Amino acid sequence: MARSKDKGSQEVNAGSMADIAFLLLIFFLVTTQIATNKGLTLLLPPKQEEDEPIEIKQQERNLFKIQINSEDQLLVENEPLDDVTQIRTMVYDFVLNFGKPSDTKKGKAKVSDREVYESLPGAMKSYIARSLGSDESSDGPSSAIISLKADRGSSYAIFISILDELNAAYNRIYGERVGLTDEEFRKLNRNDPRQKELYDRARAGIPKAISIAEPSSVGG
Amino acid sequence: MSKFKKKSESSQDIPTAALPDIIFMLLFFFMVTTVLRETELKVKQVIPRAEQLVKLEKKKLVTYLYVGSPKDESLGSEPLIQANDAFISTDNIVQWVNEEKSKLSEVERDQITVSLKVDEDTKMGIIVDIQTELREANARKIMYAAPTKAKDN
Repeated sequence: MARSKDKGSQEVNAGSMADIAFLLLIFFLVTTQIATNKGLTLLLPPKQEEDEPIEIKQQERNLFKIQINSEDQLLVENEPLDDVTQIRTMVYDFVLNFGKPSDTKKGKAKVSDREVYESLPGAMKSYIARSLGSDESSDGPSSAIISLKADRGSSYAIFISILDELNAAYNRIYGERVGLTDEEFRKLNRNDPRQKELYDRARAGIPKAISIAEPSSVGG
Repeated sequence: MSKFKKKSESSQDIPTAALPDIIFMLLFFFMVTTVLRETELKVKQVIPRAEQLVKLEKKKLVTYLYVGSPKDESLGSEPLIQANDAFISTDNIVQWVNEEKSKLSEVERDQITVSLKVDEDTKMGIIVDIQTELREANARKIMYAAPTKAKDN
């Protein structure tokens, strides 16, 4: 009965094959997680010589101390803190304090604190003039150091969340300096000369000084 | 028999128009499913998420260290360090870094980046030990690998 109908072309309708292929392709594109090299970068200090313990006396006000104990509780600038996200604004204010900006040229870019201040956009300058500039906080971006000290018993998760906040603070500073958001700054492609120039301009004179202090082996 | 004879009147060509699509499909399938990572994970890996991620440009310079409690429970629950396919102790990190460095060309050796993939339940003690060893081995660029955190708002 049905056979008699099949007199015409016997081809399978292949028009929708492409659609099926694309459907599968899109399915795999969406569902697979390609391993990317993304993360929080950190530059470790150079190897320490055994015989000469390097102890550069840093003025207390230039050090922003964050301590984590084995219970994952925070002590920021010698005061307990519960909310990790507050660190971002605290560090932002700390780095951009310009308490006593020096004129000595420092770092690779040879920029002094005062020149850094002059290079900031107006909104940041007025914010600094209005609410920062305290004698008790950092002298200037070139001398500001964030010290993060985690107890051996503290968890990696909290360490990462704090490191994330610290990077957020710095990226916000860098971004604002060249008129970008922190996210835009982070996504700058350093292989592109124009974006590299922007990146270098944002970072000149404001080193990302995050120091991971050696933890005490006992305590907490 | 007569039934089959009737059929042969129509064209017997197999349509090949869809063949490229099938080939592409297979190609994409294999591209996607090929395991790029040559090492098999022997440690638990639930990596804490973070927001301020930076992408590393040169993949060639990156080597990986996996830290976490072993999947094989007979090895205990203390976090172990996995490099390539084997567990290594902290004392062997310097040697391992030097081996990894020797795989790179001479100019690139100092730019080696160690990507630490650490389970969230790990304590900081072992991380600090690893960092001390990496400093010793003069592999100062490190990265705490982390997936992107979904925004809450």
